[in-house]
Amino acid sequence: MFGLARQLAKIGVLGLNRRNAEYTLRHNLRRLYPLVDDKVTTKQLAQHAGIAVPELYGVVKENYQVRTLPEMLEQYSDFVVKPARGSGGDGILVISGRSRQMYRNANGPLLSREELCYHISNILSGVYSLGGQPDRTLIEYRVRSDPLFEAISYKGVPDIRVIVFLGVPVMSMVRLPTMMSGGRANLHQGALGAGIDITNGITLSAVWRNDIVTEHPDTGNMLMGVKIPNWEALLRLASRCYELTGLGYQGVDIVLDKDKGPLILELNARPGLNIQIANRTGLFPRLRSVEENYKALQGVEDRVAFAQRNFGANI
Amino acid sequence: MSRRHLYFLALGLTIVGLGLFLYKALVLGFPLTPHRISEIWNLEARIVFAAHNKPVKVSLLIPRPIQGLAIVNENFISQGYGITTTTEEGNLQAVWSKRKIKGQQTLYYRAVVRRISAKKPGSLLRPPKIENPNFQGPYLAASQSLVDEIHARSSDVDTFVKELIKQLNKPQLDENIALLLGKQSSVSRKVKIAVRVLGQAGIPARAIHGVRLEEENHNAPLLHWLEVYDTKQWRPYDPMTGESGVPSNYMPWWHGTQPLVQIKGGDRLQTTLSVNLNQEEAVRAATESGMIKSPLLLEFSLFSLPVHTQAVYHILLLVPIGAFLLVILRNVVGIKTFGTFMPVLMALAFRETQLLWGIILFSVMVALGLSIRLYLEHLKLLVVPRLASVLFVVVLLMALLSILTHKLGLERGLSVALFPMVILTMTIERMSIVWEERGATEALQQGLGSLVVAAIAYLIMDIKYVEHLAFVFPELLLVLLAGTLLLGRYYGYRLLELRRFKQLVKGST
Repeated sequence: MFGLARQLAKIGVLGLNRRNAEYTLRHNLRRLYPLVDDKVTTKQLAQHAGIAVPELYGVVKENYQVRTLPEMLEQYSDFVVKPARGSGGDGILVISGRSRQMYRNANGPLLSREELCYHISNILSGVYSLGGQPDRTLIEYRVRSDPLFEAISYKGVPDIRVIVFLGVPVMSMVRLPTMMSGGRANLHQGALGAGIDITNGITLSAVWRNDIVTEHPDTGNMLMGVKIPNWEALLRLASRCYELTGLGYQGVDIVLDKDKGPLILELNARPGLNIQIANRTGLFPRLRSVEENYKALQGVEDRVAFAQRNFGANI
Repeated sequence: MSRRHLYFLALGLTIVGLGLFLYKALVLGFPLTPHRISEIWNLEARIVFAAHNKPVKVSLLIPRPIQGLAIVNENFISQGYGITTTTEEGNLQAVWSKRKIKGQQTLYYRAVVRRISAKKPGSLLRPPKIENPNFQGPYLAASQSLVDEIHARSSDVDTFVKELIKQLNKPQLDENIALLLGKQSSVSRKVKIAVRVLGQAGIPARAIHGVRLEEENHNAPLLHWLEVYDTKQWRPYDPMTGESGVPSNYMPWWHGTQPLVQIKGGDRLQTTLSVNLNQEEAVRAATESGMIKSPLLLEFSLFSLPVHTQAVYHILLLVPIGAFLLVILRNVVGIKTFGTFMPVLMALAFRETQLLWGIILFSVMVALGLSIRLYLEHLKLLVVPRLASVLFVVVLLMALLSILTHKLGLERGLSVALFPMVILTMTIERMSIVWEERGATEALQQGLGSLVVAAIAYLIMDIKYVEHLAFVFPELLLVLLAGTLLLGRYYGYRLLELRRFKQLVKGST
């Protein structure tokens, strides 16, 4: 057992205790958490800074607004309903279209108006928020998946998670929905996470429920070797989130929209550790390297170049 | 804050904690094990009543020293009452009185009883006076024929008493006895009738009322037995079995027919008796026999609190131990639980229900609650009303489960009421959400994790030795605090993380 711990330490695998103590606790000021814990705030902040995000259709704050909501949504045929303070993808509802009076749920059966409203009032009363506090509901643009990932995802929209430490992108993976995850891109719900080489944006092997896999379990296609277009632009987008929130250690979730290109979906102040399994390497040496060098790095271009130089898969 | 600061703090806490502990244990000789002394008990009578702005007089019968037991110390605790003691029908009686009071009143009588080596009981010179049994009409005839009948079947006082008790306890009562006992057949009633019948037969006898001296009982029931004057001494008899003698841990409180407490000028009287093993006296004895007297340490120790409050701290001081365990199981082992400290509270509940029953009852309650919650989901309720409805159902289920298990003769099931119901409700709610969002596996995993942590915490907290150490040496908690602080700087892997990241080792080699 100690042998295993020593081996993991040698690879530089970051554990929860160390992540909490040395990274999230030290580099993420508590007062900055609300900026990322509330997706409405994050979105407004990003829009203000000119960072691309999925368009916001509306925010529901109070229960009385729920009843008039269907009228408000009349003009949109598809949209996404999200709790502003939800965590881990809980409570997100993707409406992909309509069928007479019913809403077509991308990941499940048709929803009646009443069911949609119930879901929204559940969000408002805090079912999905951390600590069960009352919440707001976001209604936003539904991202159309880039055809790039069609072969290696099952329904849903894959998203790209980049860990950004002090403005430097240190590790990345793409989260691919599976049948098991019900089209959602969250690892704990059964989505796949495929590591991405920071240098060139080409996918590596993947993690699925703590196991390493090389093929998509539903489509059977190889996960490795997919090149993400505009990789540098994407890294720059992620890197800019450091100035946006001031959080030293964050997970940036980016989606690739067919028409609008990379969009920031959400930011996370306590990003998970499975990304290490997807990349088959530990975060710790990279974080150390950033800590030693970040003072010399000026601006986004510099930081991204530093990352591409140092954090490739074979370096 | 630097690491060194933390280490110094932890070191300081450890030194203070261990130092105090060693000083108390080695120099002052505080008992290290719970059973080194078991001969001293605290008795407490707590009288609560309501007063209505009128003169109040409360009288309480108090124990007298008897053979084998000495009353070391007596206290009457009350505010602004006059206290006198008198002798009433051979019993010692304390009388509290006050001219004008209002509202709820609480009076305490506390005594410390020490077991002393029993001398041979001295014999009474004069036989005691026999009280007039006062039977009349049909009762007189019934008692007389009973006396005649038993007399014919016995040879001396001892066999007479035994035969009488046998008759009183027969499942099919003799009609004479049925008449005398009336509808009631409680132990105290039987003792009362036995005394009168014996009086009718010319044998001096009396009813004794007392308590059992045990480790801890905060609602000690009154016990009743019979004493008969025979061959120049009082001899006790068990009114149920008829055997002569009572267990040595029976402590007589008073005798005769009087009630324990009488009140004039107040109402809603409630009396509770409690008994516990008195560690303070043992500790004090240790201090006095030692070289150094340390009144300050004792004055400010938990022993200076009233018995009821002491009992609370017996349990409360275990909570930090449970919390320490939780820190290890969560941060070092990596077990997931519902709520941070919920397992500790569950472990406290297990103390009352015992482990196996606790786990069974908890699982049953959560399973039933979950199915109700699932049904409520269909009704599309808002969160707070839904939580409240689950709470309703949880309480009703608890009541139902208690009744069912009682009917089945499983008395342990009654203790389901000891589970903190709000915690049950929150567990059900959290579990159902995790179930929905992360699937059954995750929900069951976390539920099981909570149960395992609670069970481990219970097993540790239930060790008598641990409880004793925490109560007599609370400074040891400082050492645990130091340990907890140091664990706060444990940045290594959690045990279950090793399994999670095992793939990485395989992948790289």
